[in-house]
Amino acid sequence: MAASSLATLRSKIEADLRGRVASPFAYRDRNAFELVSTGIPEMDALVGGLPRGAMTEICGAPCSGRTSFLLSALASRAADGEVCALVDARDSFDPLTANVAGVALEKLLWVRCQNIEQALRATDLLIQAGGFGMVAVDLSDVPAKTVRQVPLNAWFRFRRAVEDTPTILLLLEQEANAKTCASLVVRLEAGEARWTEAGETKAGDKDAQKKHSLQGLKPIASKHVTWGLKPPPPKEKSYAASCYPFAKLLRGFAVRTDVVRSRIQMPEQRVINIRAGAQPRLAVPRSADRGVFATETV
Amino acid sequence: MGFACVYIADFLVQAVVRGQRALGDGALALLGGVPPLWSVVAANPAAFEAGIQLGMTKAQVAQFGNVQICMRSEAQEKAAHAALLDAAWSVSPRVEDTAPDTVVLDLDGLTALFGSDETIARELARRVGAIGLAARVAVAANMEVAIHAARGFPGITIIPEGEERRRLGVLPVGVLTTEAETLDILERWGVATLQALGALPVLQLSERLGQEGVRLSELARGVRQRSLVLAQASSSFAEEMELDDAVEELEPLSFLLGRLLDQLCARLEARALAVRAVRIRFELQPSFEKDFQTLKEDLRTKPEVKHYDKVLTLPVPMRNSKTLLKLLRLQLQGDPPAAPIQKIYMTADAAAPRVAQNGLFVPRGPDPEKLEVTIARLGKLVGEGNLGCAELVDSHRPESFRMRRFVVANEQNKRRGKNDRNVKENPQIHAAVTALRVIRPAQAVRVEMRDEQPARVYLRGMRGEVVAASGPWRSSGDWWQEDAWHQDEWDLEIEFSLDAQQFPSGLQRGLYRIYFDALQQGWFLRGVYD
Repeated sequence: MAASSLATLRSKIEADLRGRVASPFAYRDRNAFELVSTGIPEMDALVGGLPRGAMTEICGAPCSGRTSFLLSALASRAADGEVCALVDARDSFDPLTANVAGVALEKLLWVRCQNIEQALRATDLLIQAGGFGMVAVDLSDVPAKTVRQVPLNAWFRFRRAVEDTPTILLLLEQEANAKTCASLVVRLEAGEARWTEAGETKAGDKDAQKKHSLQGLKPIASKHVTWGLKPPPPKEKSYAASCYPFAKLLRGFAVRTDVVRSRIQMPEQRVINIRAGAQPRLAVPRSADRGVFATETV
Repeated sequence: MGFACVYIADFLVQAVVRGQRALGDGALALLGGVPPLWSVVAANPAAFEAGIQLGMTKAQVAQFGNVQICMRSEAQEKAAHAALLDAAWSVSPRVEDTAPDTVVLDLDGLTALFGSDETIARELARRVGAIGLAARVAVAANMEVAIHAARGFPGITIIPEGEERRRLGVLPVGVLTTEAETLDILERWGVATLQALGALPVLQLSERLGQEGVRLSELARGVRQRSLVLAQASSSFAEEMELDDAVEELEPLSFLLGRLLDQLCARLEARALAVRAVRIRFELQPSFEKDFQTLKEDLRTKPEVKHYDKVLTLPVPMRNSKTLLKLLRLQLQGDPPAAPIQKIYMTADAAAPRVAQNGLFVPRGPDPEKLEVTIARLGKLVGEGNLGCAELVDSHRPESFRMRRFVVANEQNKRRGKNDRNVKENPQIHAAVTALRVIRPAQAVRVEMRDEQPARVYLRGMRGEVVAASGPWRSSGDWWQEDAWHQDEWDLEIEFSLDAQQFPSGLQRGLYRIYFDALQQGWFLRGVYD
């Protein structure tokens, strides 16, 4: 076919699709995402950040740090002044912890659902509304068997709806279910919990005082308290130890992270592709990547 | 030039057609009066051509098969008149409310804003057309000349200064506003046009008709002067619709509500205002859902009219009638009226429209109008109380927060909140904070104590050994109220000795927060650290 006929055909197609498709012949690199911080430096180093316009799955067993990850991500978006939405499938979000984590509650639309059907419909509505920096869907407490029964086309629909938008769709589950619809899948696993021992001074003091001030709690005396047996020196006297020598404080716990799937091209890979003049590569699996981060109780 | 007059020909008919667009195509006759003595009070040109005359009874009109019959609606006339004034105010702040079908505008100083007189007249006609009325517009240096030209000439008329007498001369004397008796006298004299009336000697005319004769002569010659009587802009926007047949279903009701909202929004747009709240009142059919016996008993007394009220409050001022209709529909679906609707009354609380000017580097938030519809849909899905943003209450009581309506204001993006400062200034927040997942309502658990510390926990039928414990952290308060609380909280690391089949989710070791409720004398699971 002559070049002029091709050009005519191309312009005709462009004219027909005007208003519906912005540039039908432009090459779109579906793996080139804008990445934003997760709020956890270790995770940013591992996965590059959370991709906009894509679905991210964070999966893991209960107590594996999924909610801590969620709060960090929400706080990170709040710091950038973005409005976020949280679809809470089992109504387990704790505003007090979120506030302590730095989540701007006034910029967080919290949808408290009773079951997964409501959660999926609410997610669909929120994505269609647009304008949210992040739509987080917390299915952590929904039995894995129930989430597994969600048809794949539901995840596909979410992926298509969020595509080409600045919204981050973050799913929290026990198992990864969205298959290839998710651009980033990270599995979390709980590590060792860290406790302060009684008599541990500086950190224990701060933790105890913070906990008291934030939650209005006060340690109570017990008959196990043995005052005066061996009084510590005044400078090193622990607040917790002085009130309650056997007290322990939860300092946090370690979280092991494992990248199950990632379509995200790291910036350096894209630069190489452009310099070489080659087509951008397809998904770069990073399943071997692992990392660890720790949570802090404040 | 000086003044523009907007005149609505067949105002009574147009007011009804404005509310019921389907009537506008064919011949239409309006009936008025006291039932059963209804007679024709107005009709459109098509009806007059078909043979309809004013004063005909309903039975006579019914013989014309191609003429639609409709009742005159004073409510719709009032709304149409208010809309006409709103359209006039959108062009000039100096408006005279001359008659229900006539308004006069002072055009002084508008040339720089709109352009020539003809441009102003066309713009006026367009704006009046946008509120559902077909207008005749006339512009003249003399206010009375403009009024009579608008009444006499169709379309847009521009009368240059000095040509008033010549241009008005061709009009019939019927355009003058005077008593019917005076018009009869002029007809007997053979005076048919304003030119003929203006040619009569003023002195002799005053001898026969008095001062009214002098006034009519001056009007006919286009020399009568008077001042503009300014109308005060009203801040109430109301539309009303009386239905011939009561509406039961939501679909036809939405159609009617949509029409009323279109009219309201057009009026608000003319005044550069937006809606802050929409109030609707339905007059319901009184005898609905009553059995025959009750109806018989009620025949002696006049049935009491029931009303259904609904207020749609918006977080930001809006003017999009489709969005408002969606929101109203969602509200009505959630709480439908109990009986068929026979009259709709709708008012809008006006407010200044919101300024949608965002900064270049400010993240784009959800569109307020779209968000409001989404929130309404979500509210229908999960319940109004389960939606919004959490607001912490200044209390040490566990779970002390309340749900607040979620609003995205532009100012929010510009303003740095308390939490934003927390993130920026507190370096510790850059690490992940140990999060608590709350179990609502708190789940009862059984705890075995050893040395006054929890040693074993029975949870969901499973037994767990406590590996580490922190507590008790006592809190209490509101002891002077019925809902006092007194709790000892514990953070526990529990290891469950279960196989994978019994606990498929793989939870074998975890961090929990439990508490002993001193008032209920029981242990409860507050949440899980995750």
